[in-house]
Amino acid sequence: MALSRFASSSRSGSLLKPLSSAISLRRPISTDTTPITLETSVPFTAHQCEAPSRTVQTTANELLTFFRDMALMRRMEIAADSLYKAKLIRGFCHLYDGQEAVAVGMEAALTKKDCIITAYRDHCTFMARGGTLLEVFAELMGRQAGCSRGKGGSMHFYKKDSNFYGGHGIVGAQVPLGCGLAFAQKYSKDEAVTFALYGDGAANQGQLFEALNISALWDLPAILVCENNHYGMGTAEWRAAKSPAYYKRGDYAPGLKVDGMDVLAVKQACTFAKEHALKNGPIILEMDTYRYHGHSMSDPGSTYRTRDEITGVRQERDPIERIRKLILSHDLATEKELKDIEKEVRKEVDDAIAQAKENPVPESSELFTNVYAKGLGVESFGADRKEVRATLP
Amino acid sequence: MLGVVRKKMLGQSLLKIRPAVSVLRSYSSSAKHMTVRDALNSALDEEMSADQKVFLMGEEVGEYQGAYKISKGLLEKYGPERVLDTPITEAGFAGIAVGAAYHGLKPVVEFMTFNFSMQAIDHIINSAAKSNYMSAGQMSVPIVFRGPNGAAAGVGAQHSQCYAAWYASCPGLKVLTPYSSEDARGLLKAAIRDPDPVVFLENELLYGESFSVSDEVLDSSFCLPIGKAKIERVGRDVTITAFSKMVGHALKAAEILEKDGIDAEVINLRSIRPLDRSTINASVRKTNRLITAEEGFPQHGVGAEICASVVEESFAYLDAPVERIAGADVPMPYAANLERLAVPQVEDIVRAAKRACYRSVPLAAAA
Repeated sequence: MALSRFASSSRSGSLLKPLSSAISLRRPISTDTTPITLETSVPFTAHQCEAPSRTVQTTANELLTFFRDMALMRRMEIAADSLYKAKLIRGFCHLYDGQEAVAVGMEAALTKKDCIITAYRDHCTFMARGGTLLEVFAELMGRQAGCSRGKGGSMHFYKKDSNFYGGHGIVGAQVPLGCGLAFAQKYSKDEAVTFALYGDGAANQGQLFEALNISALWDLPAILVCENNHYGMGTAEWRAAKSPAYYKRGDYAPGLKVDGMDVLAVKQACTFAKEHALKNGPIILEMDTYRYHGHSMSDPGSTYRTRDEITGVRQERDPIERIRKLILSHDLATEKELKDIEKEVRKEVDDAIAQAKENPVPESSELFTNVYAKGLGVESFGADRKEVRATLP
Repeated sequence: MLGVVRKKMLGQSLLKIRPAVSVLRSYSSSAKHMTVRDALNSALDEEMSADQKVFLMGEEVGEYQGAYKISKGLLEKYGPERVLDTPITEAGFAGIAVGAAYHGLKPVVEFMTFNFSMQAIDHIINSAAKSNYMSAGQMSVPIVFRGPNGAAAGVGAQHSQCYAAWYASCPGLKVLTPYSSEDARGLLKAAIRDPDPVVFLENELLYGESFSVSDEVLDSSFCLPIGKAKIERVGRDVTITAFSKMVGHALKAAEILEKDGIDAEVINLRSIRPLDRSTINASVRKTNRLITAEEGFPQHGVGAEICASVVEESFAYLDAPVERIAGADVPMPYAANLERLAVPQVEDIVRAAKRACYRSVPLAAAA
């Protein structure tokens, strides 16, 4: 539902306050697309290229959408924490809260023709690519309605129809895979790019440099995005990397360092990178970001960093708070309206969880589906091969 | 080792003692218990203390105290020159460790799980396993690669594979699979002292399990021989071979079978390479029936090799086809109900044993 707004005054960024009480509104998301000009929190730092401007154009509509999307992701991840502690989610669960601006800002710069691939901290990236809350929670709880029908789990979310390629458990593997997606895009003349995301822990993997070298030689439209949350599991970046300036690690490949907690900066950088990669081959983006949770639900996250550090980031740099302040200072919505959005997303999350809990577990026959795309009629076996066997179609 | 021989002669099995059933303590020769985690930790500690050349390398082994706390306290005790936290780069640090072993050191490399060892497998096979042979004995590689292997709980397809069969097919490697705390201590010490590359396959779900340990096992000189299986339970009617977590399953299956009048002999393989073919064959010659149990994929698995060995050496003694119980022939699913179908359960072993003893419902009745 639209807030009705009048055209902006001559002062850029200033809009008339909405008519609140007179109009009963369910969803006060502004559809106002009058451009607002802002500056990113910090300028970009460039390596082997010229940095894009820190002046960005946005709209009320966009800012409110960013707010809503990030609030939804935040709520989703916190709910997943509770579900894990209630033992409804098993195995590994790597949460993204704190890093939402990267997923949201990136998606805003891309189309669904562009590909995204990431590692195991993939819930929010999946959502940004068009996944639903039900698909997320059902997958986490191992149910049929999950995006991988319950067979993948937290680390293995995919959405191929949106060109989201997962969801990978082995650190670093997704980077050569991402360069491969870019290879296919160039081969098929798609005029689209691939964003391959990895962490500061994965940034030292040899296969990354092998894939980057080939991508540079072959001018592949690959953007390598280091989500630098400063800790590879329990190891701080300076203990794992001789040079933690990840945006420079591409050497011959250009790079950009970005404030990953500023969704507008992320969007600007990704727009710049996409343009660059289509013309000139691979580029590295280093997103300076932070995860509030530990590495996974098995890691308290407090043995290798101080609680002061975590609260400090939450107070100074939280991506959702940044956008909230922007929205309020530019009078794009009231505090109450923003709180209402947060209440709405909370309800959406709760509803999806309730639905997922009712969803059935996969049929036993699913044990044997999708081993192959073309099974050739071979036999496959259960633990007791004389008791459980199936023919693969 | 005298202690080990004595135990074999008595045919005593070390009962796995659960903390809740402490009344069974009277069966063991000592009242002490130890978790597998503590067994591994103490073995590492003692071997590092005894030999300056031994050092530990891996992800989170130092400051984090070990991803699964196996190396707890070792950094504090031995310092950062001997307990090294590595970046997440298995190919790199495994290669570095093998190089160190070439030049006289004794590295213990921890893989956070053996799934990640696939990034380093070229160094394990080509740089470590084959070097002594290619150099005609000049370059022995006294390295241990250790870490959790096989399925945990709900960790999905990329984190659940068992690598026993792959590594054990390679000449030049030794492959060990401890089950109990005694196994963990004795085999890890043996592995560290051994001059050849050893792949030491632990199991995450066993780390917290507690077993009784005798004073002998607790002694710092304790060591188990590599290449010797252990008969955990003596029986007459059917042989069940197992390793790692499946030993526990096999013992439970044996208890169930006993109620049906089937007396199962359970062999804890302990060593996949060298495989203790003589113990296995001697057992089958006694019982005439064999079930092999493993977690890993069935095709070209450990059970397949055991079956071949028995067919080659003890064919005339078999009264029933060899039965294989293994992981399902699919990537590990995440959903709990599917995962349960993909991993061998106690009832699978029981069912197979009954088939081998012709105690299943006859086909005619089932029709």
